Amino acid sequence: MPTIWLFAIVLVTGLAGFALARGRAVASAGGDTRVMHSRPLYHGLNGLLTAMLPALGLLVAWLILQPVLLDRAVVGAIPPEVLEDGAARSLVMADVRRVADGLDAAIAAGVATPEGLAALTAEDDVRGLLGQAGVALGSDVSPYVLEAARDMRATAATLRVVMWVAVLAVLAIGLGVALKRSHADYRARNFVERGVLVLLVAAASIAVLTTVGIVASMLFETVNFFSQYPASSFFFSTNWDPSFSGRGGGSELGIVPLLWGTLYISFIALLVAVPVGLLAAIYLSEFASKRMRSVAKPVIEVLAGIPTIVYGLFALITVGPLLRDAIASPLGLGNSASSVMTAGLVMGIMLIPFVSSLSDDIINAVPQAMRDGSFGLGATHAETIRQVILPAALPGIVGAVLLAASRAIGETMIVVLGAGAAAKLSLNPFEAMTTVTVKIVSQLTGDTDFASPETLVAFALGLTLFVITLGLNVLALYIVRTYREQYE
Amino acid sequence: MTDATASGAPATAPANSLMAPDARTARRNAAEKRFRAYGLGAIAVAFGALVVLLLSILSNGLGAFTQAKLSFPVTLQAEQVAEAEGALLKTSAYKAMLQEALAAYLAEQGTDVDAEVAISLLSDEAAATLREFALANADRYGEPVPFTILANGRIDGFFKGRVTYESAELDRNVSPEQLRAAESLRDAGVLTAGFNWSFITAPDASDNRVEAAGLGVAMLGSLYMMLVVLVLALPIGVAASIYLEEFAPQNRLTDLIEVNISNLAAVPSIVFGILGLAIFINWAGLPQSAPIVGGLVLTLMTLPTIIIATRAALKAVPPSIRDAALGLGASKMQSVFHHVLPLAMPGILTGTIIGLAQALGETAPLLLIGMVAFVREYPDAPPEGLFDPASALPVQIYNWTQRADPGFFERASGAIIVLLLFLLVMNLTAIFLRRRFERRW
Repeated sequence: MPTIWLFAIVLVTGLAGFALARGRAVASAGGDTRVMHSRPLYHGLNGLLTAMLPALGLLVAWLILQPVLLDRAVVGAIPPEVLEDGAARSLVMADVRRVADGLDAAIAAGVATPEGLAALTAEDDVRGLLGQAGVALGSDVSPYVLEAARDMRATAATLRVVMWVAVLAVLAIGLGVALKRSHADYRARNFVERGVLVLLVAAASIAVLTTVGIVASMLFETVNFFSQYPASSFFFSTNWDPSFSGRGGGSELGIVPLLWGTLYISFIALLVAVPVGLLAAIYLSEFASKRMRSVAKPVIEVLAGIPTIVYGLFALITVGPLLRDAIASPLGLGNSASSVMTAGLVMGIMLIPFVSSLSDDIINAVPQAMRDGSFGLGATHAETIRQVILPAALPGIVGAVLLAASRAIGETMIVVLGAGAAAKLSLNPFEAMTTVTVKIVSQLTGDTDFASPETLVAFALGLTLFVITLGLNVLALYIVRTYREQYE
Repeated sequence: MTDATASGAPATAPANSLMAPDARTARRNAAEKRFRAYGLGAIAVAFGALVVLLLSILSNGLGAFTQAKLSFPVTLQAEQVAEAEGALLKTSAYKAMLQEALAAYLAEQGTDVDAEVAISLLSDEAAATLREFALANADRYGEPVPFTILANGRIDGFFKGRVTYESAELDRNVSPEQLRAAESLRDAGVLTAGFNWSFITAPDASDNRVEAAGLGVAMLGSLYMMLVVLVLALPIGVAASIYLEEFAPQNRLTDLIEVNISNLAAVPSIVFGILGLAIFINWAGLPQSAPIVGGLVLTLMTLPTIIIATRAALKAVPPSIRDAALGLGASKMQSVFHHVLPLAMPGILTGTIIGLAQALGETAPLLLIGMVAFVREYPDAPPEGLFDPASALPVQIYNWTQRADPGFFERASGAIIVLLLFLLVMNLTAIFLRRRFERRW
């Protein structure tokens, strides 16, 4: 029976626990809810939580751990010389998993019987058999893979039975405990509230788990990558030239040209976004009438709500060709529609609302007394802004610019569609260049081989990107926070 | 005395008067005016960019909603269908049937267009469409059935101005002769342009069938992902915010969680894609291209948005509400769940909708978890359908920009219009909720 039934059984038992525990508690009070410690609802919830949560937790934990256990159990069937290479190991295991799934599919499709599979050897046409079941294999099945796959199926079947028994047992125990406790004097509310608090804490720690997951997933594969490719060439080589011929040999994976493209594009984007966003924020918070503010502010913020894929398409079909035909080609600077300038300009537009709404908050946080003092000394409005408000708001604005820079560096779709794919170290802004994010996408989409440095490099790029943006964010938040304290 | 000084003074007019501004004041005032103009200019630039962006998308994309079609009746015969089903190349047998029917209809209409040319105007999908109909409607053999079949992408492009006689000379997919035939068929009323429902409902189509490509699978996939995000992110986000805002003690752990959440909000979206690929697909073994994986990744991305909005909404509920509940004997948990949470609900829902809108437009992480795959099958109904391969609206747009036929750019822009309409509706709902239900204390 599929696992979803087990989920259903757990849920239904939980609901039954609710009704039973509530009924028992009320009955033990002789139907008079006033003499009970907790209201009947809490007794019901106590039944629900005590019966369901442990079983549900076990089930989820089991499902998460099962793949690891399976791999460990099956590795024994594979000759050790195949496993020596850390990279080949994951390949073989992927093969085994695919064959095992294929055997399952073959039985489900009715092209094979369990007895037939037991008698199957590698000399038989396993590939053809799985092909009939709709599972296409890249190559013929080697004997040890078939053996391991069969092992895997057997272990999986045993594990499934054990899981059913264990989950049902925990469920029964939970229900029993809940019912035993259901009594008019039982402090069900306190118990339920403690349980709910635990759930709340668990929800809050998902954020931490996500960060741990991000760092762990990238760190693990990055270490893998550096065991196959020297770190010094990754960080200092000025050449990006992954070979497509297969594993190892001949790839040059230097991050320098990618970082250069990323920073160049981000720089142009900030060159557009910072002046426009800042001046717009100053005008709206200092000069504009209330009515204009109520119209202009939401309209600028619409720019922030537009998905980046839309900006990407805008760069690709409108801005790129326009820049090429109007500026780049006549001046002889290049004839590529995708260029640093295209991506930078469009990204700048995307960042305008980001800069303007952050600066707006910061300018509004400057105390009115400072403005009044400046006006009292006879300064004009513009002089007040330039010489009093902006210096006072400067740390906050620097923080906003840093946050915008981190956005620009991590932006993907605009550069994928607008910047091009050639890794180059050049100063010409009308030339196509590429960025870290573009290369992450191109190395991880399509046919990927998680054993080759050409694929694994994406994780190293991702980790670099994560560290850079995290550093910028922390720095920005630190600056903004210390600045705020001055006026509060 | 006083008169004398008064009469003598005008000879030496004061060096500066409030009435006549001096050069320095004029300069300062001009600077003031310039400064204002810069500000207005900046706002104009932002407005202009928005207008140009929207106009460019609209002008490129509106064409995707209309499509040239040919309508003519086809009479299917049971024996013909049986013969075609027995043939080696089934679709070409059906194509022959279509050509026969079209020739008969053209002769009846009295046009001089050759049926051989006319059939070449049809989409490559036509024969398959006819076959599908024939197999599903055995009861309608023998009677003329009106058929509306899409014209192929080049002919459609011709009526939208993308293809001209000059470009057809150079294009091996279309000839000027076909364009002339298309024009005379249009004059005869056989070839018409109408609203293109199949763009909304049909699945994606292969590279040389641009006319048949639609958003059906992509929209369904996006819908499934939004369901996953809603079911997971809303309860988890609200629970996390309640803990942080109402129960968490001021200690290092709480600080750690808070710093984490604000940092997660600023992590590049592509990094979440790497997380999804490494954890959900490579480690947990979930299928590629499945809405469940996309939904999980987007949930993690949306959580910070929802948590930040929910905390703001909880903070806005005045302490007097909590105090009153506690004073009447409610427990802390009761005061939160019975009083604070319902009052904060409009703010929470607004934040959730905005988070969903962000998630709907997110592309980069979905590219990494295999949503770029070419999917023509509609996923099943949830929950099994969550594990079927599907596409997503923004990824479909990206996918179309990578194709060779320029007709796909029009499709991509059209898909963006659909996406923006969804976002508009979601944001308007959020604004409505805020205006209608939010209380000012």
